[in-house]
Amino acid sequence: MKLSLKNNLIGYTFIAPFVIGFLIFTLYPAISSLYFSFTDYDLLTTPQWSGADNFTSMFQDKRYVHSLKVTLIYVFIGVPLRLIFALFVAMILNTATKAVGIYRTVYYLPSIIGGSVAVSIMWRNVFGDNGIVNGLITALGFEPIRFFGNPSAALFMLISLSVWQFGSSMLIFLAGLKNIPSELYEASSVDGAGFFRRFFSITIPMLTPIILFNLVMQLISAFMTFVPAYIISKGEGGPLDGTLLYSLYLFKQAFVYFDMGFASAMAWIMLIIVGLLTAVVFATSRLWVHYESEGGR
Amino acid sequence: MVWKKTKWPVYHLFVGLLAIVMVYPVIWLLVSSFKKSSTIFTTSTSLIPHPWVWENYKLGWSGASDISFGHYIYNSLEIVIISTIGAVLSSAFIAFGFARLKFVGRGVWFGIMMVTLMLPHDVVLVPQYILFSKLHWLGSIKPIVVPQFFGIPFFIFLMVQFIRSIPRELDEAATIDGVGKFGLFFRIIIPLIVPSLATAAIFSFYWRWEDLMGPLLYLNKPSSYTVSLGLKMFLDSEGLSNWGAMFAMSIVSLLPVLLVFFLFQKYIVEGISTSGLK
Repeated sequence: MKLSLKNNLIGYTFIAPFVIGFLIFTLYPAISSLYFSFTDYDLLTTPQWSGADNFTSMFQDKRYVHSLKVTLIYVFIGVPLRLIFALFVAMILNTATKAVGIYRTVYYLPSIIGGSVAVSIMWRNVFGDNGIVNGLITALGFEPIRFFGNPSAALFMLISLSVWQFGSSMLIFLAGLKNIPSELYEASSVDGAGFFRRFFSITIPMLTPIILFNLVMQLISAFMTFVPAYIISKGEGGPLDGTLLYSLYLFKQAFVYFDMGFASAMAWIMLIIVGLLTAVVFATSRLWVHYESEGGR
Repeated sequence: MVWKKTKWPVYHLFVGLLAIVMVYPVIWLLVSSFKKSSTIFTTSTSLIPHPWVWENYKLGWSGASDISFGHYIYNSLEIVIISTIGAVLSSAFIAFGFARLKFVGRGVWFGIMMVTLMLPHDVVLVPQYILFSKLHWLGSIKPIVVPQFFGIPFFIFLMVQFIRSIPRELDEAATIDGVGKFGLFFRIIIPLIVPSLATAAIFSFYWRWEDLMGPLLYLNKPSSYTVSLGLKMFLDSEGLSNWGAMFAMSIVSLLPVLLVFFLFQKYIVEGISTSGLK
């Protein structure tokens, strides 16, 4: 079909804001970020071409390597835990009872207030040296735990905060569970399948497209986690860089040390890592994602 | 999953307990905001303030650096309202183009939009900052609000999906009646996609209200600080240990979020389960 000039003109008029915005606020910055990543640039003087210096010095920078490690731990432990928890709660809430609406609200609440500074301040104090958790621990007669005094415990606190906010994945799982035809469960019950059998041969396979979606979305957003690490460690990523998540270190390189070249190089490495992880997830998804319309696998 | 009637008490006990664990930190924050600062941590396991103290709210409201917390709220609202209007209207406009119009390169641009949707924002953080500094926009709300007027990929995607579910016969009927594409968008489509406009507006509100990075980078005068930055200032002056005031203002900062949540719960829950926002 040949499209008239007028049709094209109208079409582009409607998407013009996106096209213009994309060129100015995404494409142009992305290309200049790639250029900056090969320069030495402190914002005040003009960028000096430095070749691959940023990339080579990056992997010799112990703090960088450490922040990458901390972030990978955060992502690889946090995301699966969050999804497992979300699925677990979605399954318990997938029943017909009036109270479920209230429960769903309560379980979703932490996620709705999730990204705010207030929640990070709260978490910092709930698990603080004198917080409620330590209050309970000492009441039970144990020694208090310095959650934010120890690098791996502090990282675990960030992970637990992200797990606590499982609500959006839970709601998506819930919608998915509602779409599984109940005949499938009834038929398998008649065949004598138990709970676990039904879970692994009906629930999980039917949910795989949704698991894929949640996994990709959570992976990307977990990689960019900034606010809790920034607030809980007061911008330092401490103790001993234990909570120096990638975004936080990138932010520090750019806006505390004004090393724009290094920060840009970091951004590109992050893009490559996130891109690779997403690609791996999508590539392997053909092996484990089940689409009904294709008649099974 | 089918639960037998006899198992109901066990079910409610378990699910209820877990629910309490989930909201406990928030309740603790709320209760602590009514305790005397000096007793918050000595009585951290008690959920009943003794005595009840309202001064925290008065003290917190007067702010951390001679600027009242009300001022931060005003600044936040200004950003949120302008951003939300921009994000929702531009996204709807763009979504109509993608969902209903045929033009050369539509598939390519839609693909580009889906890629930007997954692009980590950190990649453009530094050059965007440099761009805005060259435009002399630093210190104003422009770097935060202006980009919102060019469509938000998440919202565009959400609305495209929604518009596609509207029967095309409506468009055809309107076209026969001599309504042009703009008339079609403003008079036929806009009223029909109100639920998805509402979902986008709610999420735009949340994201801008909670945003820390934008204000942190671009607002450099305390008089232009937002609620997020105002709270951060409390945290910075934490040495003075005015815990009660900080907790009180944390609660105040959450109130609009909770209010919107309880008012628009239906839209939010539907919006998430169909799109995966948040």
